[in-house]
Amino acid sequence: MSAEPDWTSFAKPAADGAVAMDLAVEDIHCAACMGTIERGLAAVPGVVGARVNLTQRRVTVAWRPDALDGRAIVGALDRLGYRARPFDPARAADETIAERRRLLKALAVAGFAAMNVMLLSVSVWSGNATDITPETRDLFHWISAAIALPAAAYAGQTFFTSAIRALKARRLNMDVPISLGVILALGLSLAQTIRSAEHAYFDSAVMLLFFLLLGRVLEASMRRRTRATAENLAALRAVTATLLDADGRARDVPLSAVRPGDRVLVGPGERVPLDGIVAAGRSALDVSLVTGETAPVAVAIGDAVYAGTLNGEGALTVTVRAGAGETLLDRVNQLIEGAMAARSRSVVLADRVGRLYAPVVHVTALATFLGWLALGAGWEHALVVAITVLIITCPCALALAVPAVQVVASGALFRRGVLLNAGDALERLAEVDTVVFDKTGTLTLPEPRIANLAEIPPGLVAAAAALARASRHPLSAAIAAAAPLARVPDDLVERRGEGITATLDGRPVRLGSPAFVGAEAEAARVARDRPLASLVAVRVGDDPPAVLAVDQALRPDAREVVTAIAARGIAVEILSGDRAPAVEAAARLAGIERWQAGLDPAQKIARIEALAAAGRRVLMVGDGLNDAPALAAARVSLSPASAVTLAQAAADGCFLGDRLAPVVAAIDLGRRARRLMIENLGFALAYNALAVPLAIAGYATPLVAALAMSGSSILVTLNALRARDRADAAARPAPDPRAAAALGAEA
Amino acid sequence: MTVLLVLIPVALVLGGLGLIAFLWSLKSSQYEDLEGAAWRILDDDDLPQAERPAGGRPTGEPASEAPHGAARR
Repeated sequence: MSAEPDWTSFAKPAADGAVAMDLAVEDIHCAACMGTIERGLAAVPGVVGARVNLTQRRVTVAWRPDALDGRAIVGALDRLGYRARPFDPARAADETIAERRRLLKALAVAGFAAMNVMLLSVSVWSGNATDITPETRDLFHWISAAIALPAAAYAGQTFFTSAIRALKARRLNMDVPISLGVILALGLSLAQTIRSAEHAYFDSAVMLLFFLLLGRVLEASMRRRTRATAENLAALRAVTATLLDADGRARDVPLSAVRPGDRVLVGPGERVPLDGIVAAGRSALDVSLVTGETAPVAVAIGDAVYAGTLNGEGALTVTVRAGAGETLLDRVNQLIEGAMAARSRSVVLADRVGRLYAPVVHVTALATFLGWLALGAGWEHALVVAITVLIITCPCALALAVPAVQVVASGALFRRGVLLNAGDALERLAEVDTVVFDKTGTLTLPEPRIANLAEIPPGLVAAAAALARASRHPLSAAIAAAAPLARVPDDLVERRGEGITATLDGRPVRLGSPAFVGAEAEAARVARDRPLASLVAVRVGDDPPAVLAVDQALRPDAREVVTAIAARGIAVEILSGDRAPAVEAAARLAGIERWQAGLDPAQKIARIEALAAAGRRVLMVGDGLNDAPALAAARVSLSPASAVTLAQAAADGCFLGDRLAPVVAAIDLGRRARRLMIENLGFALAYNALAVPLAIAGYATPLVAALAMSGSSILVTLNALRARDRADAAARPAPDPRAAAALGAEA
Repeated sequence: MTVLLVLIPVALVLGGLGLIAFLWSLKSSQYEDLEGAAWRILDDDDLPQAERPAGGRPTGEPASEAPHGAARR
């Protein structure tokens, strides 16, 4: 970044007049890194404290604002060998953390109550079989009530509030039968205790809450981990804007601090941080993230520019504007809204079962009550039996069946570099029979690379990289990346639009356009092989020159992934906004037969909808602003971590790293998860088929209820764990979440 | 069976202590970084110099090491 970050907008006040800042740190792997960072920062004068969070790969630093500023902190980390970026405080998610804490507290209370009530219940069950006196039993029941009632009132709030919300909206969800079962179990038990009866169901009620809360805690933990990684990625991509004050001073601020009408500076080689209008300067933009088109687009004063586009050689001043008017962005937003509304996604498996389940259970309980009345039992006895039916059918295993699998499978996917936004995306991934790829940035790498690297002598590559490191030309980053450890040369001169000259080891080196270097003949030959590449020539002294073809290279495993997807009986096609020759070349290299080029966002949606109308279930993989509506319209969608924010928000998940393999992993794990979910639902229903006749016949004692309920819950949870073994054992060295963070950051 | 009148409250108090201990550990953010906590126990930096095992790392010069990552830049 060109300007000094405005650290006050990142830091927050801490104890004793110090300020604290959270930083996302790349490459924290182990305890040694943790010690290095904490000791290294503590040694900086003015730092009050530093603490690494190894799970979330973050470090919290507190320092005295009068002694040093944030730049010293980031600089100190840089000297230790770690790249760190502060968080945009507006993005930090506190509510997921608070939610998990609340659930953990409820879980602890429910666990405490379940253990103690179970202790008393076991005594009562064994006493009932032998010689317990009614007085002792009543005492035990009253103590159970004293523990269970307040515990359930506290720990059950999550379910009660959700059930009430559903009923108010005149819907039925799983929480309705759960709340009903818990409340009835407690109410019946209290009534039985008052009447000094033999059976009470306090243990069933609290155990049920304990198991269900366990599922919710696991879910919340998974969500928190996914969120934390997404936030780290955003921070490491350095999504800041260089804000220009009224008096012309520039400072780096988080995006949330920029208002419409503010002017931001976009330096050469930087990404445009926000949508706006060019107020000063002229340049060429790489708009591939927005339209998929790889050729640069010239912009001048008055032209609209979009967040995510990469600036070329000229510095631009951009007036930020709110999304109003007939711009590309607005049109894309309208298309996304339309697609979201019209999306014909399958009803989630659990909801489908839940929708049938609640009415069937309630009718069965009513029939039991009437049946016992008809058989001449008193209404009291009939009511007790009917309520035990409701308790025993309380969908404990059913409510765990699907979330448990989702948690385990999402965790396995996370380790393979896929972050899912929605739990039900797994089920939709399982159904996919067509995969649609965007080309630019999805099938190809988001940044250009040297395509003919193997044909160039290594010495020339190193020389080219050394010169390119000092340049801000858009192609320079690609060349510099080819030899990252190159030395920066002396007496470097950059001639805009032509190239760079410098001295390296006492010999003059030139890097630039073929004409500048004097390599037109070479360039013509390379251009014949790679008609779409940008050509850059390099020459040391008067030695023969070399011509580097810089191109959007395919992702390294694109071809294998396409083959693997086809091997699963899934059709593959490309929908791209780029020119036909470029798309054709990529399609040929990746081995994809069906492709369409030059599509605008509406045409992409139209194709997705045509596929859906033909009964195809489409997985859309795309990264650009132009893909966002198609991502929203498809049955399920993924985007690479380098995608524009809007595309990531529209997709069901994002995958990390340079490889496409996570797409296959997602489909495989989705299929596996769906199979396990169906198995689990089968287990849960089989348990009901066994236990319900017992309950209807009036034999469902609290002991039977406790055994059946915990047995089926544990069985379902263990079965869900199978979603991880084989998948993880087969996983190659995991696509590292941190490695990917480098993707967008170099820009 | 009057012994129960003593034993049950004792059991409840002990269980309650466990619950309070858990809620306290939750409140003091001990579950925020489980992975890091597992490693911190192996770190001897909190001990006075004399009590550290032989071969321990001196505290003064941390910057000399960079386990990973330095090469990436």
